Amino acid sequence: MTTLSTSAGNILDQATQKNLSQGQVSHDWFIQLKQKGWDKFTALPMPIRTDEKWRYSDTRSLSLENYHIGKIPSEDEVNQLIAQSHFISRPAGLIIHIDGHCVLRPAISAELAAQGVKFESLEDALKHHPALLKEFLLKHEAGLGGAKFLALHQAYLQSGYVLHVPKGVEIKQPFVSVNWTLTDGVAVFPHALVVADERAQLSIHEYNLSAHPQQKALAISAADLYAGSGARISRFSVQGWSQETQSFEIANTSGAKDSHISSVNAALGSRRARLENTVRIDGPGADVRLYGISVATGEQEFDQRTLQIHNAGKAKSDLLFKNVLLGKSRTIFSGLIKVAPDAQQTDAYQTNRNLLLSGEAEADSMPGLEIEANDVKCSHGATTGQVNPEELFYLLARGIPLSVAQELLAEGFLEEVLSKVDDEESASVVREMFRQKFHQS
Amino acid sequence: MSQFEDTQAQRDAIDVDRTKGDFKYEENYAFDAGIGLSEKVVNYIADVKSEESWIREFRLKALKTFTDMPMPTHWATEDLKNIHFDKIRYYLSKGQKVSRTWEEVPDDVKETFERLGIPEAERKFLAGVEAQFDSEAVYSRMKDEMSKLGVIFCGPTEGLRDHPEIFRKWFGKVIPIGDNKFSALNSAVFSGGSFIYVPKGVKVAQPLQAYFRINAENFGQFERTLIIADEGSEITYMEGCTAPKFETATLHSAVVELVALKGAKIQYITVQNWSANVFNLVTKRGVAEEDAEVRWIDCNIGSRLTMKYPGVVLRGKRARGEVLSIALANDGQHQDTGAKMIHAADETTSNIIAKSISVGTGRSTYRGLVHMPKTLRNCKNNTECDALLINEHSRTDTYPAISVRGQKNFVQHEASVSKVSAEQIFYMMQRGLSEGEAMSLAVNGFVNDLVKEFPMEYSVELKRLIELQMEGSVG
Repeated sequence: MTTLSTSAGNILDQATQKNLSQGQVSHDWFIQLKQKGWDKFTALPMPIRTDEKWRYSDTRSLSLENYHIGKIPSEDEVNQLIAQSHFISRPAGLIIHIDGHCVLRPAISAELAAQGVKFESLEDALKHHPALLKEFLLKHEAGLGGAKFLALHQAYLQSGYVLHVPKGVEIKQPFVSVNWTLTDGVAVFPHALVVADERAQLSIHEYNLSAHPQQKALAISAADLYAGSGARISRFSVQGWSQETQSFEIANTSGAKDSHISSVNAALGSRRARLENTVRIDGPGADVRLYGISVATGEQEFDQRTLQIHNAGKAKSDLLFKNVLLGKSRTIFSGLIKVAPDAQQTDAYQTNRNLLLSGEAEADSMPGLEIEANDVKCSHGATTGQVNPEELFYLLARGIPLSVAQELLAEGFLEEVLSKVDDEESASVVREMFRQKFHQS
Repeated sequence: MSQFEDTQAQRDAIDVDRTKGDFKYEENYAFDAGIGLSEKVVNYIADVKSEESWIREFRLKALKTFTDMPMPTHWATEDLKNIHFDKIRYYLSKGQKVSRTWEEVPDDVKETFERLGIPEAERKFLAGVEAQFDSEAVYSRMKDEMSKLGVIFCGPTEGLRDHPEIFRKWFGKVIPIGDNKFSALNSAVFSGGSFIYVPKGVKVAQPLQAYFRINAENFGQFERTLIIADEGSEITYMEGCTAPKFETATLHSAVVELVALKGAKIQYITVQNWSANVFNLVTKRGVAEEDAEVRWIDCNIGSRLTMKYPGVVLRGKRARGEVLSIALANDGQHQDTGAKMIHAADETTSNIIAKSISVGTGRSTYRGLVHMPKTLRNCKNNTECDALLINEHSRTDTYPAISVRGQKNFVQHEASVSKVSAEQIFYMMQRGLSEGEAMSLAVNGFVNDLVKEFPMEYSVELKRLIELQMEGSVG
């Protein structure tokens, strides 16, 4: 593994941000967008312990010092990592980034292209479809505490992908985006922009991985997802960065009338990983499912913040986040369901389940409701406990050792969410990743 | 807010009750501490009460803490900013208390008493008509019994003066001065409240009530209560009453500390029905030692804003804590209530059941804290909070925070939000009830399992009170 020199390309140095902007395709609005991001980043303070939106988080160890923009990887490195990026045998399209540089431009079938489907790197899309980007890119604030991090992402916006599926086009096979970090001390800012027009259907799987397990890195990702009326979006996002990564993901999803949105977040990697997932329901009949699973080991901190906003009535949202905790790890789940005054006949649910497999792990749970309409069905539930002693006894009585029995029960606990992944190949890849993580701990 | 609205709001907050009863304070500074908060006021209170120097120092330290601490508006409602601390009277000596005659009590209050079935003798007291309620006659027999058992029941001044060996050890220990801004305020200016000591093994059969000691300053603005139940003893304490309590003071900030020593049981029942101009910001916490039990039964119906999260620190093995809470928020009210359970020993259990009803533009909020640190084993918590929304613009929020570590600990939390189902109302109306009657029956059904936990006379009054509150909420 190579290490970046400390002098050039430090992300906290304004020159780095300026140089990077100059090197790119220059639309004035895009340069302004990035400049605004930089200004906001410098104006906002770092979160502190007493910030309500960072409650329970270890804010003291947050640091953006000594991270650098990634250099272009060598051909050998590129070939090696591309070879490791085929998680689904026949994806609708595959895009790969290493240290923020696009190393495999997606090729989609002629049939999809003919239907007007666009799957491109952010840089290519800037050249080809500036109007689309101008309309949808970073239109929502980070409302869950990560504003400073989203601002930095905006300042360094360069890598990522754009997926646009036009009206009525239905694609079952998932699109795949793989982001790698390779160099020690690298900072990456991958962006995902997904637009499904009226009655369109798409699935996107994202793998965020590091080439070396001990490598230090900073990853600040953001996703903007738009489901038009009657559209269906399914997203599977795997956070498997290295153990020395600080990662932040800020996702904003909007669902129009009768749209169906399903997202599954699987967390394995990072020293600390924060997910901020906001879903806005803007039309009646929408159906939103949010799932999360994690296995936290060692001293990992998984910080999950979710917000389900019901602006329109007669819609449904359901959330289930399950965490397995080992070692001295910590998970934080903070969820909020907001029902606007006129969003009558809303059905909104939220469940957080934590399985403590170690006496030193800590599970913090803050399931919240803010309801301003009266004709609603809303509930939340949170449980934290150990494996069911009867189930454990059953396995032990059959000669299965304690550690294996615990692992089997934990796998069963996670399976409820993994079974929601829309592609079996992808689900097995992640199931195996979780299994390996158990064995390592 | 514009200059005009601001002063208007202040005037409303201060004047609202004067217009009803048409009474006013006599401005006589020989007997009261004047308006506003300063060291002078705190010293004045300490002088009037002839307190020992350590209490005076405690008060002055608390005043500084209060001044230094910021308003907790980063999580709490902005409405707190409407409290004008410099316009409040912090102490009035007895002779300067508001006095009024029964004739001055507004008719609607009298009618409420009638409908609630409040005993004739207590009505006048509840309406603030002092010195006419013959408490001595009614309760003196009970008082004799208590003192035979060795139960001490007095106010904070007498408690700290006459029994320092008992009360000083725990005073300000369960809720330290700096716990929050309002506990600091109370610590600076407290007067009135109950100090109770129940000796080892004594089980007090009948509930002790705050209006037991009628001639003392029971319903003070800044009451301070400390109850110590010695090993194996049991006591039930009831505070407040279901009748609307008329108040000229717009800020109430009490501190209640409970200490249940080994094997003791304390049950503390509150029915809060302040008038709708009152900020009610109360800190309540109990400590439960080995095998002890602290149980809070808390019912909030009145006030403009109530912020109250009764807590139990489970300090000894197998200690048990419980909070049962009912909140009803009507137009313009915000009931911000909840519970805290701090597990600090093995095999401790806690239970929280909270039910809230939001009517009209009322807003009810549940905030909870459950904490189990890593050294603990076999602790359990169960939390249930249910909210009922009556009208289109009623609002409810739930903000629990649960932190769990340790071995074989188990925590479950469930919350639901619902409205009264149209089928239920239809069913009852079909049998001849009006829509309003049907609604109040449904609401009473919603809180029924909690109301049952109240002593009988309270639960009857409570049901009638809920009926009253539900009147006019539909149709």
